[in-house]
Amino acid sequence: MSLATSFPSSGRSRSIAWRLTLLLTLLLTIAAAGTLAAALSYGQTAATRAFDRLLTGAALQIAERITVEEGETVIDIPLSAFGLLSLASEDRIFYRIIGLAGETLTGDESFPLPDASGDGMAPLLYDTVFSGEPVRAIRMQRFLAERAVRGQVTVIVAQTLRARSELAEEIVTRAVIGVVIAGGVTLALALLAMHLALSPLRRVERAILARDPKDLTPFSTATPREVEALVAAINRFMARLDKRVGAMQDFVADAAHQMRTPITALRAQTELALEEDNPRKLKTLQRRIRDRAIGVSRLTDQLLSHALVTHRADAATLELIDLRRVAVEAEREARRTGGAEGIELDLPADPVMVSGDAFSLREAARNLITNALAHGKPPVILRVSITPDGTALIAAHDRGPGMNPAQVQRIGERFARDASNPQSAGLGLAIVAEVAEFHQGSIRTATGPAGGFWVGVELPLAGAFPSLSPKAETP
Amino acid sequence: MNRIATSLAMAAAILILSGGAGTAETITHFPAAENEAGEGETGDLVIASVTDLDFMRPLIAAFQDTNPGMSVTYIEDTSNILDASVSRACADRRFFADLVISSSIAQQVRLVNSGCAREIESPVLESLPDWAQWRGELIGLTYEPAVMVYNKAAFATAGPPRSRFDLIDLMRQSGSLNARIATYDIEDSGVGYLFAFQDSTEASTWGRLIEGFGRNSVATFCCSADIIDRVADGRAHIGYNVLGSYAQSRADKDPRIGVILPTDYTLVLARAGYIPREARDANAARAFLELALSDRGRTILDGETRLLTPLSGADALARLGGDEEPAFRPIPLTPALLVSLDQAKRARFLSQWRKSVTLPLP
Repeated sequence: MSLATSFPSSGRSRSIAWRLTLLLTLLLTIAAAGTLAAALSYGQTAATRAFDRLLTGAALQIAERITVEEGETVIDIPLSAFGLLSLASEDRIFYRIIGLAGETLTGDESFPLPDASGDGMAPLLYDTVFSGEPVRAIRMQRFLAERAVRGQVTVIVAQTLRARSELAEEIVTRAVIGVVIAGGVTLALALLAMHLALSPLRRVERAILARDPKDLTPFSTATPREVEALVAAINRFMARLDKRVGAMQDFVADAAHQMRTPITALRAQTELALEEDNPRKLKTLQRRIRDRAIGVSRLTDQLLSHALVTHRADAATLELIDLRRVAVEAEREARRTGGAEGIELDLPADPVMVSGDAFSLREAARNLITNALAHGKPPVILRVSITPDGTALIAAHDRGPGMNPAQVQRIGERFARDASNPQSAGLGLAIVAEVAEFHQGSIRTATGPAGGFWVGVELPLAGAFPSLSPKAETP
Repeated sequence: MNRIATSLAMAAAILILSGGAGTAETITHFPAAENEAGEGETGDLVIASVTDLDFMRPLIAAFQDTNPGMSVTYIEDTSNILDASVSRACADRRFFADLVISSSIAQQVRLVNSGCAREIESPVLESLPDWAQWRGELIGLTYEPAVMVYNKAAFATAGPPRSRFDLIDLMRQSGSLNARIATYDIEDSGVGYLFAFQDSTEASTWGRLIEGFGRNSVATFCCSADIIDRVADGRAHIGYNVLGSYAQSRADKDPRIGVILPTDYTLVLARAGYIPREARDANAARAFLELALSDRGRTILDGETRLLTPLSGADALARLGGDEEPAFRPIPLTPALLVSLDQAKRARFLSQWRKSVTLPLP
């Protein structure tokens, strides 16, 4: 049974778990990259802002201590201003204070002024280079309004960027560590969650793999909704398989029994014949032996035919067939095997196309003929037609009384033979029924309006179910 | 031993007095001891310093002992002149020395702030306390308290003042200290100005102190040695804000003077050194700094010269301090020191000093 091996063939590399892992990792990587980019820019901004405040604070303190004494601008730089700037402990500090006339009152005379010489009173922060290092500077104006001194004093305070870069780096480093740890933990948790979520699937997988190939009972494992349909399909399939295997076993048992009985009878009759001296009785016995032999022969034929049809129902591919052609071939074959004299064919002028297996349909038609010859009264007519319902029909007509309702009820059962007729194997209509089922058709019987009886197979016309695919039937 | 003796002899021989007007630049050369041996570093380490050579001699000897191939040139000058020379060389991007060591640490900070120094990049920076280094370019080498020295005979009965409060009270109460107080001329001495400026920021006692100085006609001097001399021979009874290293090493030899670590607070100065940007032999300079802060250097600095080191100074001083625990206030090497050098600030501070100290009282 190919059941066990046909499931894991999809391979681990394309498993859902693998895909989920890949997607989650990708997603987390993108998220982490985004966070890091944000952290980088935030780190710079935060560091700049923090130290700009120090710079502003120091400039404010210095500006506040600029006073006018006896008509002179007096600058008394407070220690606290430099203490404040020294919080950026590794940075160099520069300052310059410019008086009303543009002269440098104290500090570094060469310290550059901002490019945009906006004359607003608002403090202006700017970047420049001094003494060989990039620096951040603030320019602050102080308006002196005294009797003797009236105008603007400009305070410039600057510091190098070492502490800023260090802070920015620290922020970014921490963010990186945080993101990496958070990402790792998230990934681990996601993988754990995935593992837990997919565990029912693994349970199903394990149940399938652990199963005895001969065990065809349905799965009772609890399954998540996502794979319920899959497991249900497997269960349906197994049920069908189980039924079919069962049927096969029944058939073999039945066939053995059916073969054994007539052969035993045949042997008994030949032994009787050997001991019979009376030529007239001997003749009768010989006739009986012949009848038995024909019966056994037909039984064998039908058993094989039945086995073939059953097999083809599982394996054959369906093709477009003209039912008229099936009828012609069946009649020719019936004639060849003998005892089929007086068969007529009644075919329509137009093709009657069905989708089916030519061999099975031919066997069905042949059995219809044989059945009519065996149980009906000649003449037998094999008729192909299209019914008013729009289905194809192939039927064998005869002039006999037909079946009684009990017999009609048992159509399709194997070995439902007429006990009075030793030549009947009781398999003919069973074969027909099986072929009909396999072609999604049905067995039909009717008594003609002017007497007579017919048994036939009704099939859907080819156009009616174009989507029927043989693959739907094969595992 | 023999080698050091030779070095000293040579040093004495090559003593050059530069002829520039108003400068007292002294250059002493210590030639390499082993010229024949090719092993180790060879070259000339030029040290510019304000420290008296006598204080540096043991350290230089130790340096030449470990680096026999090196000669050492020692340039000595007063702090303001040295600062001017070094600043000029820095501005002209010209070589002046491989190592600049000065007790005028505000000026040292300003030079480093102006980008005149280079990074020292030595593991010794890790061991130094934060206040004794800046930017990894300027490091404190010593631990020198600002002390009061007193003439033991003058205070034989009452005992010397233990704190600034005692000193202020003494100056107010009696005329006994009139013209008997000596301190730095803070206009002339970098260290004196630094101590005075730190005093003014440290506590409100400064105003009363200089008022007392003025009332008692304080005598001012350029250098620690002069103050100590006066106190020793009794012309002054007390010397204020003297560098502890000089005072202690003198007191060790001279029984006439005593040293007081003021108990209200004791300023501590770390003589600071940096390697100039234009140094020719930065490796030798770094080796010298590392030696000064090594166990061997510490032994030398803690020893006779009493310079001490930032690593062990507090403990060493506490042992000297006696019963009362002094409150040490190390002056941190930070750009905050730049404030004291601001032209406007300095002018104001000095004018305040002059008004209080030098105006003859009616």
